[in-house]
Amino acid sequence: MSTALYAEWTKLRTVAGPFWLVALAAVLTTALSAVTARAVSCAAAGCGVDAPLIALTGVQLGQAVVAVLAVMVVGDEYRTGMIRTTLAATPSRAVLLGAKSVVVAGATLAAAVPGVLGAWLAARLIMPGRGFTAEHGYAPLSLTDGGTLRAFAGSALYLTLVALLSLGIAAAVRDAPTGVGVVLGLLYLAPILAAVVSDPDWERRLHQIMPSDAGAAIQHTIDLPSLPIGPWPGLGVLALWSAGALVLGGLLLRLRDA
Amino acid sequence: MIGLVRAELTKFRSVRGWLVGCGIAAVLMVLLAVVAAAGTDARVGGPRARGALPHSSDGTPVFDGFTFVQRPLDGDGTLTVRVASLSGVALRPPTPGDTAPEAPSGSEEEATTEPWAKAGLIIKAGTTPGSPYTAVMVTGSHGVRMQHDFVHDVAGPVDARWLRLVRTGGTVTAYASTDGAAWTRVGSAPLATGAVSAGIFVATPPHQEYEQFLGGTSVVGGGAIATGTFDNLSAAGTGPGGDWTMVSVGADDSPNRPESTSTREGDTFVLRGAGDIAPIDGGAGPKQEQLLSGGFLALTVLAVLGVLFVTTEYRRGLVRTTFAATPSRVRVLAAKAVVLGAVTFAVGLVAATAALLVGTAIRGANHYPADALTQVRIVVGTAALIAVATVLALAIGTILRRGAGAVAAVVVLITLPYILSAAAVLPAATADWVLRITPAAAFAVQQTVPEWPQVDQAYTPAFGFFPLPAWGGFAVLCCWTAVALVVAAALLRRRDA
Repeated sequence: MSTALYAEWTKLRTVAGPFWLVALAAVLTTALSAVTARAVSCAAAGCGVDAPLIALTGVQLGQAVVAVLAVMVVGDEYRTGMIRTTLAATPSRAVLLGAKSVVVAGATLAAAVPGVLGAWLAARLIMPGRGFTAEHGYAPLSLTDGGTLRAFAGSALYLTLVALLSLGIAAAVRDAPTGVGVVLGLLYLAPILAAVVSDPDWERRLHQIMPSDAGAAIQHTIDLPSLPIGPWPGLGVLALWSAGALVLGGLLLRLRDA
Repeated sequence: MIGLVRAELTKFRSVRGWLVGCGIAAVLMVLLAVVAAAGTDARVGGPRARGALPHSSDGTPVFDGFTFVQRPLDGDGTLTVRVASLSGVALRPPTPGDTAPEAPSGSEEEATTEPWAKAGLIIKAGTTPGSPYTAVMVTGSHGVRMQHDFVHDVAGPVDARWLRLVRTGGTVTAYASTDGAAWTRVGSAPLATGAVSAGIFVATPPHQEYEQFLGGTSVVGGGAIATGTFDNLSAAGTGPGGDWTMVSVGADDSPNRPESTSTREGDTFVLRGAGDIAPIDGGAGPKQEQLLSGGFLALTVLAVLGVLFVTTEYRRGLVRTTFAATPSRVRVLAAKAVVLGAVTFAVGLVAATAALLVGTAIRGANHYPADALTQVRIVVGTAALIAVATVLALAIGTILRRGAGAVAAVVVLITLPYILSAAAVLPAATADWVLRITPAAAFAVQQTVPEWPQVDQAYTPAFGFFPLPAWGGFAVLCCWTAVALVVAAALLRRRDA
């Protein structure tokens, strides 16, 4: 396993693409968060805005870059034919996918942690100027606050789980552009469905089962009992999706010729 | 060029996966229409509408409820009145809904008059809700208006208090005056001849505030009641000795409406009541374009095809053969764009038509009505939107030459701005800007609900209202695609294959 890990790590760090994608994911996550924090305002006490949730809007953009990063780790090998060498060196498909998962998770965290921290810093600097002040009931965002910490650390985990979901799907479809299409279709479908489905039962169920919707529950800090799904169970639903995708990808990897 | 187009068409149709992709795009679009239709639980008009809605003569669903003090009018006649005062106040401070955040205290709203509280003269074909009418009125903060048949609204002088309606044959003309001596003509409208009801009325729509919070919107507010004081009422031409009688028009449709009352003291009439005489806005209820929301999924699938259509040539090395056969690279790109645009337009047209038909079959007519021309526009517009977006994907694929990044770029450019705006993450003003400058502006071609200047409503993306007109929004996407194609052509010429 450790040699497979080392091999995957070498493949990842010796091409320029992943490095730039990691940087891009971090920058875009912070940038969209900063723009959103600048756009949202709180006019009076009790304006009901979930400040950490606003500060983490950038994750919705960052997840697209993370998905590309994870999909390319598999897709590029098929594109270049490297996969045959890889499988010759590591015949066990499970070990290979496991090693790839660890490396992809590490690379994603390397993007997610600075991205989320950047979002926190941007929100801390910008939001007090937009009415999120003590008079309106908003303390400056602090990572020592339990709910805020859960939202920010959970968002890093969210991005990691999205990367693993993408990796599994990429192993299943074996083509990078198609893989990105499937992942983004899945992630961005939920909010669009929620906009057209007005039956409250349907809407609730959608929020509970769609990967991006359920997973994003981790970013909520206020009014938790009224959420369709709690923060940690929500992230758990996303983890199930990721696990399911990895199992499917691993199974197809095992059953098919490269 | 024809040979070139044929070559590209052959490349497209000889890859089985791409044809399957077209099929998947169409199936997903219909599938989402089924989900959208089956998952509908709201009513046209939102929480304000109870019971069956009346429709105006042109089919627009309307509110038609007001306090009416009237006399029969058989032929020509002239009504004149002075509106001594009009107030329209919220009955109670807005109460926040279950999921809405606490609204700011309502004390300030109580003091101000509802902007569209109405008091004035009306000549109406009958007291049945939805029947044609012509009215001239003083409003809370929009000056004197002449309105007829719900959808028409003409602004008059701002500070006039004297109102006059003159019925001559099949025409009713409205006048307004500040002193009762010098009259200004506001406008005129046709009204069928025969027996009608004529008199004075008051109405005010409920007090509403639109709250937007992450992931949704809510309407908070409560009832409002208008009080109008009238004097100097004269009605030439109405039946001899006919008494003024009060009718609460449309009271059966809205049981929760505050009761209509009218008192007369000498020549002074005081009318109190709620309701409105206006078209319903379609923002809160089900809309026909929701059946076409599968366009996003179809677009994602076809964007993958658009990107693959060029990156696969690089991946397989076919691009060198292509360029050896046709050294003019710009023409190759043009041929690819033509083939891709035509094929995806056809797929989009079939898918959008099927989605609308299937969705309507399931949901019935439970959505804001759209005429045939609008339906054609949203179907053709969706197909055109999908086709142009796919060509944008082709151009970005040519620029980046890396499929995964190009697909992500297209989806993020088109879908994410829409999600952030329509799912109410961004405040309305920002969302409006986002939907003016990003390719997501093109989804304006799907908007079916009209904006009524005479109805207060949050005309924001969260309620399905786009800042640009339908084809204006589509033009934004076309501009993005044109720029991307130019950049792609320039890079194609400069770079080695």
